[in-house]
Amino acid sequence: MSNNIIIGIGALVIGGAAGFFIGSGNEKIVEVEKIVEVEESQASTLDAVRAKGFIQCGVSQGLPGFSNSNDDGKWTGIDVDLCRAVAAAVFGDADKVKYTPLSAKQRFTALASGEIDILSRNTTWTMTRDTQLGLNFAGVNYYDGQGMMVPKSLGAKSSMELDGANICTNTGTTTELNITDYFRANGMSFNLVAFEKADEVVAAYDSGRCDVYTTDRSGLAAQRTKLTNPDDHMVLPEIISKEPLGPVVRQGDDSWFNIVRWALRAMINAEEMGISSANANSMVTDNNPAIKRLLGSEGNFGQELGLSNDWALNIITQVGNYEESYERNVGPNTPLKLDRGVNALWSDGGILYAAPVR
Amino acid sequence: MPRNSSFIYNQNIRSNVFQVLLVLGLLLGAWWLVDNTIFNLSAQGKSVGFNFLSQTSGFQISSTLGTWVMEYNVGSSTYLDVYFIGIINTFLVAVLGIVAATFLGFAMGIMRLSQNIVIRGFATIYVEVLRNVPLLLQLFFWYFAVLRSLPSRRGQIEIFEGAAGINITGLYLPAPIAQSGAGILGLAFILFVGIAIWLGRWAKKRQYETGQIFPAFWVGLGLIVFGTALVYLVMGQPIDWSFPVFKDTGPALRRGFQIGDGMVIVPEFIAVWLALSLYTAAFIAEIVRAGILAISKGQTEAAYSLGLRPGITLRLVIIPQALRIIIPPLTSQYLNLTKNSSLAVAIAYPELVSIFAGTALNQVGKEIEMIGMMMAVYLTFSLLTAAFMNWFNARVKLVER
Repeated sequence: MSNNIIIGIGALVIGGAAGFFIGSGNEKIVEVEKIVEVEESQASTLDAVRAKGFIQCGVSQGLPGFSNSNDDGKWTGIDVDLCRAVAAAVFGDADKVKYTPLSAKQRFTALASGEIDILSRNTTWTMTRDTQLGLNFAGVNYYDGQGMMVPKSLGAKSSMELDGANICTNTGTTTELNITDYFRANGMSFNLVAFEKADEVVAAYDSGRCDVYTTDRSGLAAQRTKLTNPDDHMVLPEIISKEPLGPVVRQGDDSWFNIVRWALRAMINAEEMGISSANANSMVTDNNPAIKRLLGSEGNFGQELGLSNDWALNIITQVGNYEESYERNVGPNTPLKLDRGVNALWSDGGILYAAPVR
Repeated sequence: MPRNSSFIYNQNIRSNVFQVLLVLGLLLGAWWLVDNTIFNLSAQGKSVGFNFLSQTSGFQISSTLGTWVMEYNVGSSTYLDVYFIGIINTFLVAVLGIVAATFLGFAMGIMRLSQNIVIRGFATIYVEVLRNVPLLLQLFFWYFAVLRSLPSRRGQIEIFEGAAGINITGLYLPAPIAQSGAGILGLAFILFVGIAIWLGRWAKKRQYETGQIFPAFWVGLGLIVFGTALVYLVMGQPIDWSFPVFKDTGPALRRGFQIGDGMVIVPEFIAVWLALSLYTAAFIAEIVRAGILAISKGQTEAAYSLGLRPGITLRLVIIPQALRIIIPPLTSQYLNLTKNSSLAVAIAYPELVSIFAGTALNQVGKEIEMIGMMMAVYLTFSLLTAAFMNWFNARVKLVER
């Protein structure tokens, strides 16, 4: 009886081991399989996206103006618009996007593991992230800088007066490093209280745990709307860092990288050429060859990207140009009340400058 | 009939061959995983290694025991220091949480068996509420309850005439500063504790042999307290105290407790410690109750008929027998508490998950190495706790003759 069981188990083990040896015995086959596997996961995000029929877009857990879901679960914001633009370019339908809300801490791991196709989550472009984390930044959709918000009752007019302050912020962001650098450079001491999620930072700051809330200035404008008495707080004038925010993709997939990069450029170029969602369809037949190239009525630019030639037309009619996205989400007529500032076109005195479609 | 002597029928050879095959299979599987990981990482342009540990970390960490012990300085401290600070902070909250949860849990467990309906009802409500609400919610509750109920940074609740104080930025206590001779004081303290332990053993032995009772606990405690105090005075008070300084004049930013005077226990720590202890105590209470109920009522009746008072019955008859039932599940609760401390990342307590797997990981991006190092810490903590509890269990279990 027990002998039979032992023989049975033995047979199972031998069978398993034999299978394993057959599977891994031929080194060459294994090598080839591995490379193919890697290439599939690395080099054809576009094919994978087409096969599943939607784009998985990594966004924030709720930052008004950038990526925020309303009561119906519909996501809006300029970071969301970027994912929608890519979906419009790939599928001709801006709604073919699914969103994954990520904390600052989770975001790069989610992208590296393939859980998301694009990370569009007010992410600062830094050299470390670009070179060491296996990521590529496809451009900048908002030029920001880190600022500090304080209660007006504190009576501070400048961040140089904040020696000894308690400062609340998010973990896993560049803000921790910037604020540390700034206080060190100015010989001031401070205590940092770093939370995982922005909502807890807001709650802790609101309760008075910290004197200062620091993050990107656009973020401060957005989070201030969540405070009990937004008017009791002010953003100090100093900008202590450069924070170019933009969409991120995995390194090693150049064609997908190009699609995301040019989706953003198409929106900026459209603003520059005066093409908007309202007039895009009528401008397809415009006489200006630059407009014709962008809208696909001349040349073969969409196919070179691996898309259809009306890729940019779809972006502009369904999502709009950069200006429309900006005014809709973060501009002066929104609760964030952010002026274009440096985010204006280069021709209007800003620094937005997109390479031409040519 | 002669046994078939062919070697495939030899039980020894057969079992050994299979075991060797299994080990080989496991090794190959592990090698395949590691090789594939390295290959994929290099395809992404990422290197593997632990060199990042010696890089300097450029971010501030909320001041706690960890930053105090490691003397954390932005600009000179490394990611390895960050790792140790995380370990110390996790260890601190785990150990203090285990101590508090054990005392509270035993009290609640015994209260649940009380004849008094008010005491029993209170303990029942405590257990049912605390163990049925998710820990993360309790963490938020305590954190924001603690924050909202304390005076703002410009105010304080004074304790002992200003020797200590509490407000929303933390609990401020006098900090000891060791002067020359403090080492001798420490040695004297250890010596007195040793004597007290020896005294306890001697008293127990004497009671077994002669039946005479010696109040070893009180004598030992007195010896430790007064003996240490005496040495402290004889050595010329070798410990200075740095008292917290509170200012309520001057510009608004300068008011409140001053940085660098006294020591501060941040509200994040208080909230994590409260939440972990109260939550785990509810489970321990049920374990204790189960352990006591498992002891036959006859044991109590027998003790009473011998004339033992209820308190002594509980301490000398019931608990020692109940302990052997209580300890194994109690160990699990200790392990749970240690691991649950990682939830503290949600409310900004700078423990391992928060500063090492959070902030530091985002800056250097070595997911596999850093998550591995973190897992090693929790594994070590848990195995050490389990080893200690197994040793303790072996000591208290029924001696079978």
